[in-house]
Amino acid sequence: MLETLSNILHLIFSESFILTVVTASTPLLLASSGELVVERSGVLNLGVEGMMIVGAACGFAGTYWSGSTLVGALCGMLAGAMLSAIFGILTLGLAVNQVATGLALTIFGVGLSGLIGAQFVGERIVPAAHLYLPALTSIPGIGRIVFGEDPFVYVSIALIIGIWLFLYRTRAGLVLRAVGDNHASAHALGYPVLRLRMLAVLFGGACAGLAGAYLPLAYTPFFIPGMTSGRGWIALALVVFASWRPGRLVIGAYLFGAVSILGLALQPLQLGIPQQVMNMLPYLATVVVLVLISRARGTAGSAAPASLGMVFVPDR
Amino acid sequence: MKKWNVVAIGAVLALATATFGASYAADKLKVGFIYVGPIGDLGWSYQHDLGRKAMEKALAGKVETTYLENVPEGADAERSIEQLVRAGNKLIFTTSFGFMDATLKVANKYPNVFFEHATGFKRAKNMSTYAARFYEGRYIQGQIAGKMTKSNIIGYIVSFPIPEVISNINATMLGAQSVNPKVKFKIIWVNSWFDPGKEADAAKTLIDQGADILTQHTDSPAATQVAEQRGVHSFGESSDMIKFGPHAQLTADTDYWGGYYTKRAEDVLDGKWKSEDTWGGLDSGMVVMAPYTNMPDDVKKMAMDTEAAIKSGSLHPFKCPITDQDGKTVECKGGSHLDPGQILSMNWYVKGIDDKIPGK
Amino acid sequence: MQLVLEKRAERSAIIAITSPLIAVALTLVTFAILFAIMGKDPIQALYVYFIEPLTDSFTLQEIAVKATPLVMIAVGLALCYIANIWNIGAEGQFIIGAVCGSWLAVRTNGTDVGPWVLPVMLLLGAIGGALYGLIPAICRVYFGASEILTSLMLVYVANLGLDYMVRGPWRDPQGLNFPTTAAFDPAASLGTLFEGTGRLHAGSIVALVVVMLIAVLLGRTLMGFQIRLVGAAPRAARFSGFNADRLVLFSFAVSGALAGLAGIIEVAGPIGHLDPGVPSGYGFTAIIVAFLGRLNPIGILIAGLFLALTFIGGEGAQISLKVPLDLTKVFQGILLFYVLACDSMIVYRIRLLRTQKVVPVHA
Repeated sequence: MLETLSNILHLIFSESFILTVVTASTPLLLASSGELVVERSGVLNLGVEGMMIVGAACGFAGTYWSGSTLVGALCGMLAGAMLSAIFGILTLGLAVNQVATGLALTIFGVGLSGLIGAQFVGERIVPAAHLYLPALTSIPGIGRIVFGEDPFVYVSIALIIGIWLFLYRTRAGLVLRAVGDNHASAHALGYPVLRLRMLAVLFGGACAGLAGAYLPLAYTPFFIPGMTSGRGWIALALVVFASWRPGRLVIGAYLFGAVSILGLALQPLQLGIPQQVMNMLPYLATVVVLVLISRARGTAGSAAPASLGMVFVPDR
Repeated sequence: MKKWNVVAIGAVLALATATFGASYAADKLKVGFIYVGPIGDLGWSYQHDLGRKAMEKALAGKVETTYLENVPEGADAERSIEQLVRAGNKLIFTTSFGFMDATLKVANKYPNVFFEHATGFKRAKNMSTYAARFYEGRYIQGQIAGKMTKSNIIGYIVSFPIPEVISNINATMLGAQSVNPKVKFKIIWVNSWFDPGKEADAAKTLIDQGADILTQHTDSPAATQVAEQRGVHSFGESSDMIKFGPHAQLTADTDYWGGYYTKRAEDVLDGKWKSEDTWGGLDSGMVVMAPYTNMPDDVKKMAMDTEAAIKSGSLHPFKCPITDQDGKTVECKGGSHLDPGQILSMNWYVKGIDDKIPGK
Repeated sequence: MQLVLEKRAERSAIIAITSPLIAVALTLVTFAILFAIMGKDPIQALYVYFIEPLTDSFTLQEIAVKATPLVMIAVGLALCYIANIWNIGAEGQFIIGAVCGSWLAVRTNGTDVGPWVLPVMLLLGAIGGALYGLIPAICRVYFGASEILTSLMLVYVANLGLDYMVRGPWRDPQGLNFPTTAAFDPAASLGTLFEGTGRLHAGSIVALVVVMLIAVLLGRTLMGFQIRLVGAAPRAARFSGFNADRLVLFSFAVSGALAGLAGIIEVAGPIGHLDPGVPSGYGFTAIIVAFLGRLNPIGILIAGLFLALTFIGGEGAQISLKVPLDLTKVFQGILLFYVLACDSMIVYRIRLLRTQKVVPVHA
């Protein structure tokens, strides 16, 4: 028993395990960061999975034709943003129900990515290069984790820090949060509610597209239809899990990534738990955490931006 | 006068060509295929589609093929098969175990259409089954792995604990043990035939836990690509994955269905089709080993010798005596080796495997 | 000059009636253009997708077979969505219903019990689905957790649970270890109504009955009135003293029961046994059907049949036009976009205005 425990601890704190967790968590962090901003502005975009997978297809296309990871990443971002623009026009321009539009976006995106990506199946690209700083990367134990990652990982960290600074340290961020909490008052104060929300939606789309592009550009360097495997939905859960706060989002993304890897890594240790139960862990964990967090808020009410998901049409 | 003669002859010729041309076109055999996954999976369905294309090429002008991909193994399967029948297909291949009952139902409904079901066990007068003896290739892979490993840990990524997967794990282990009794497996069940992200995660985890050779019974090249990145070796699965692991791949246990598909279509064209159960291996060309690469010459020679021995029948991967995980000797129903029934229903591990079969 | 959305004084009755037709027309036009770009004959493509399946008894029955679970689940979801209760976990409730009902089939397999087996299976399926649907409801009512995410996460859990049962305790002993239960006995199966011509089964009749019942529930009962009120005027509903919590529990229980019922009907009918391939995404497609039907039971019936038509047509297109299945998904997405956009025009109108200068108040 003690030996098993020691095996597990040994596993969790090994450099290679942490490296694997980082790569698993990065797409989740990228996508949920964007969605956090979107929801903070009061819009609920359930189409993350669709935007991610279109980002994956276009990202792969971009790198395949240009040979550059950067071009691919930009293509992915652009694709995600364009898809989110459809969402924005419908929900902000025509005041359409956000839940329905988001779901339609997911289905549309999955189908579209299949059509775009069909020609690339079987092709291969060079995966994104990892950082290498001679002295620093070779530090045993943490060298590769901190100084040896691919650029997407660093971008994801910079992104969430940037979002935190934006939301809590800039005027524009304050306005955005105000719009999310009470769009009627923000409008009365003269702030362009719809325009701000549209910008947020486009930003969220670009992030989701980047997250999707990460998968074929760095994670598994080929394109296969459906390769996002539901990560978009996990990203949505993460935003709620994090109570719409950037700091908790990072923790959530890495926790979730760790649990999903753990579900696989614990198998060879023969703990006698059926593998379906192991594979259930990330989802059950999300439900449990959601319940605990919501319960902890108790009478303080939901932590969500008060105008989340509500239709706003400015009266004149 | 003459002009009219020319016109008349021209008309008759045109009519004749049209008639014979039409009947010739009508003579084209329409063959349908149902795939469980996308042909882009670079694995199972991809290989079946390659087989279809090979058949088309070999019988150019005599067959016309159609395929449906991503057909789920539930209620939709029956409709898809039926729609192929209604579209005029006379020979239909259903390429996954989960299509078994659906195929049988439709076969019973249309006695004049011929059905071929892969990896199943139910047959009818107009329904055959076919599968490949992948375990032969696995045995060779096991031997290569046994020789090449330095850590004595082989990483095995698997999907579901069906007999085919179990027998393949066992064959790999038996092959490995034949050259290196100290070999151990670390097995991860990813619960899907095709999930590149999860397969990549499993591959990384196995390498983290000490495996220096990876093998898989899942469909994407993710594990090979991870092996390439991390500098270890791997075996491709279903298709040659050398493109994704130029330095990593040792060989691959590829399925070659083209020969079988061509033969069965020819049987229909010649009116000789009969319901059969085909289980082809290295000898009939249904299992083909990808070129042996990234290994020293003596290992390559050993692999090629084993391959020849299996082909000739002098070596059977499941030759008796075989001891199971609990130490008991397995009953030997095929004389000097296990019989096909035992292999097709295998749900026990051989000695030396430390995993427990999920759900048992 | 700018385009502005303005609320109409009154809902436009004309658009309310013609909106779905306009949406469908727009979608067809978009599709014709798409096909032309792809190099296929648009007229033939539209024929294969929409007309051909209607020309033959077999495909007509297939449309009904495919529409049955969609319609049943969608009316349940409509109940929730009208009241802004977002049940996204219908797929999970479908699976659990199938599992609970199949328990009896597996337990009595091979024995000669009697015709009571099938009705009890259906009942178990409904109860199982209802209980599973209550989990996210309870999480929302007692803990304030978002039902969107809890219900969604439970879908994955249900899927894995099904996988475990079918690979382990319920595996067919004669099945050579393959992950499937034994085929259900005739007493535990829903037979076809027109043997030989198609797969239409009694489940479709159940679906029709369900549509009627829910229409009555929504239109004529107190609970239905409460649901509609909560959706249309949440503040008024709160002031009226309706118990919002009971509403959440009720809606989830009913939609869960309907999804579960759809699940066991699919398994006892067209599929005939339980295996990991049973979940086919009906729970998610039903969400589209609910919105396409504008959350109205009769509308859902029509939408469900229409969507089933596109599925069957899409498969036909794969065969005769060599068009990929992804195109069907793109089509369904575009259709929903247009329907939502046109529906918005019932309540709002678009105006072209001279730009007004808005002076922001600097705080």
